[in-house]
Amino acid sequence: MKETQTIQNQTNHIPNTERISGSEAIIKCLLAEGVDIIYGYPGGAIMPVYDELYKYQDQIHHVLTRHEQGATHSAQGYARISGKVGVCMATSGPGATNLITGIADAQIDSTPMVCITGQVGSHLLGSDAFQETDIVGISTPVTKWNHQITKASEIPEVLAKAFYIAKSGRPGPVLIDITKDAQFEEFDFKYEKCKGVRSYKPVPDTDENSLIAAAELINNAQKPLIVWGQGVILGKAETEFKAVIEKAGIPSAWTILGASAIPTSHPLNVGMVGMHGNYGPNVLTNDCDVLIAIGMRFDDRVTGNLETYAKQAKVIHFDIDPAEIDKNVKTDVAVLGDAKASLKALLPLLNTNSHTDWHQKFKDLYAIEYEKVIKGDLHPTKEGLTMGEVLKEINIQTKGEAAIVSDVGQHQMIACRYAEFNHSKSNITSGGLGTMGFALPAAIGAKMAAPEREVVAIIGDGGYQMTIQELGTIFQQKVPVKIVVLNNEFLGMVRQWQQLFFDKRYASTEMVNPDFVAIAKGYFIDAKKVTTRTDLKDAVKEMIASDGPYFLEVRVEKEGNVFPMIPTGASVSDIRLE
Amino acid sequence: MSTEINQYTVSIYTENNIGLLNRISAIFQRRHMNIESLNTSPSEIEGVSRFTIVVNITEHQMKKIQGQIEKQVEVIKAYYHTEEEIIYQESCVFKMKSNLLFDERQIQNIIKESNARIVTVNREFFVIEKSGRKEEIDLLHRELTVFGIMQFTRSGRIAVTKEEMKISTMLKALQH
Repeated sequence: MKETQTIQNQTNHIPNTERISGSEAIIKCLLAEGVDIIYGYPGGAIMPVYDELYKYQDQIHHVLTRHEQGATHSAQGYARISGKVGVCMATSGPGATNLITGIADAQIDSTPMVCITGQVGSHLLGSDAFQETDIVGISTPVTKWNHQITKASEIPEVLAKAFYIAKSGRPGPVLIDITKDAQFEEFDFKYEKCKGVRSYKPVPDTDENSLIAAAELINNAQKPLIVWGQGVILGKAETEFKAVIEKAGIPSAWTILGASAIPTSHPLNVGMVGMHGNYGPNVLTNDCDVLIAIGMRFDDRVTGNLETYAKQAKVIHFDIDPAEIDKNVKTDVAVLGDAKASLKALLPLLNTNSHTDWHQKFKDLYAIEYEKVIKGDLHPTKEGLTMGEVLKEINIQTKGEAAIVSDVGQHQMIACRYAEFNHSKSNITSGGLGTMGFALPAAIGAKMAAPEREVVAIIGDGGYQMTIQELGTIFQQKVPVKIVVLNNEFLGMVRQWQQLFFDKRYASTEMVNPDFVAIAKGYFIDAKKVTTRTDLKDAVKEMIASDGPYFLEVRVEKEGNVFPMIPTGASVSDIRLE
Repeated sequence: MSTEINQYTVSIYTENNIGLLNRISAIFQRRHMNIESLNTSPSEIEGVSRFTIVVNITEHQMKKIQGQIEKQVEVIKAYYHTEEEIIYQESCVFKMKSNLLFDERQIQNIIKESNARIVTVNREFFVIEKSGRKEEIDLLHRELTVFGIMQFTRSGRIAVTKEEMKISTMLKALQH
């Protein structure tokens, strides 16, 4: 009897399973996780999976980018605008190593992403086979989790775990490396979503006492200041956040990744903190009596010199990641947990307040910043276009409805300072890693994830040329993104530092650029170049009105600087206006 | 904030997965911290591994490192302790020429007095094993060096805490 049973098990499938290849299982796992778009690039070690993608192309759309780095940034753009997990795929060796910059970017900016890489056959591991590289070893320090699969039977459980880990708790990138033999191998497939991992607690418990202590500090504060970060957006806590600040009447400033969680026009939104942030919130960080940090991590670009950062204030820190508490700034009250739940629980404990006098200080400092910086940026009278006036024109034409995808450098700071947002998840930029080349591919992913949204990429002439080949992806996929290159023929931010701190020794920052319009037109993308103020308005209008992809180059002043600025090592309150 | 550097023994309970050693050591490497000793072994809980790592850093650094270690998906819990809070052992083995046992009679006394033991003896060599605290092993090493050591190796620190570890109760709760 027992023997018969064994034989039956060998010949028949396990109930509720189907016998398929590892490659097909990968596709079925992706479909089960709701994946509709994958960004990637084929190659030898991932070919079995691409063969299955061919069969499933009516259910899952694969976007062939022009470089694997482009695939990661597209997946990031997809994730940042939608809140869903971005997926990218590459072959072994160089395909896999080309993912690393995007993975590191996603890790430091907490972006949910699953990367699948092909690997040489398991019998070849460690033999220096063609296109073999230890991608699990290489990606370890920049992934939330990674794993190598050598047997097809591992695929369902590992991929389910990958998605669960990428999106739960503080999100992050996960890399799954799958050997070619595991892709070919057949096994009995059955998929179950991951519901938990024993060693992993995505959301720490919130101590009710910490909420009470936080509320008491806030209720007794005369000059409270909130600095919020991306945690509000990742935690889908925008409504709860708005309710808290409105009830307690607290001036609220954002980090660049926190931008757009509440509309730019909200009366309690006092602007951006950090190196090129607004004057008021930076200066008053060192004047407030209670500093309330929500879903932000006190990055050095936000705090300036830590020795002189908010020393007079009691600090409350809301975060989902216990490792962030006391990492850079010592907190008086730490509220661990999910932002949405914590803020919801905090609301009834707060007293209604308005802090009118305290708000006036922000208004006064804004008036100073307006006179010294903003007026000249947005309403320049001198010759030479400013980056700021381009942003102002985009604001006018999009009415604040657009998602702005920026690259890294001067234009990024200008975009973050001046872009107006009506909706959350609208400021997509590389914050922590500062990855030049991010914007063009990220805009592709953002537009594909949210085709109903206007997506405008703002890029410098330097960063643009780092991933310019993705124009090919835009052309092939017909992605109607709007691309604005603010061309100052310099690596502007580095040049600004050279001017201010290296006696104008412009070492390798001047760029001799190609005909960008001709390049765009080479990809059959409508393109225009603007060099004068009088042409700007119509050009931006034409771009926004365009149904397809559109490229606009704006020649801006060559040696414009971004102010305000906190020089490295200086205190936030020593921010320079000129 | 104290800048005093102390010796900490870090105990990390983890899943037993390939690559986790790399992930944990990278946390120290990234911060330019040297690992003085490292041991991995099964723990008191079936299927759970235990890392024991010794580092010389400030308590402030130690707290941050603990957070970064616990943040790893496959780490269940990380603790750190000072020397006073633990009972620890290291182990070492010496390989020496057999003729020394007869020619240098004080070697036998050294072995006896240091609570070391002879594991094996043959015509060519004999092997001494000793477990103990770091200083005891250092002393034995110094005493034997003068006679000529053919081979010497010592293990990483292994340690248990004087206070109860709450890990077992926590794991039980997780499993239900």
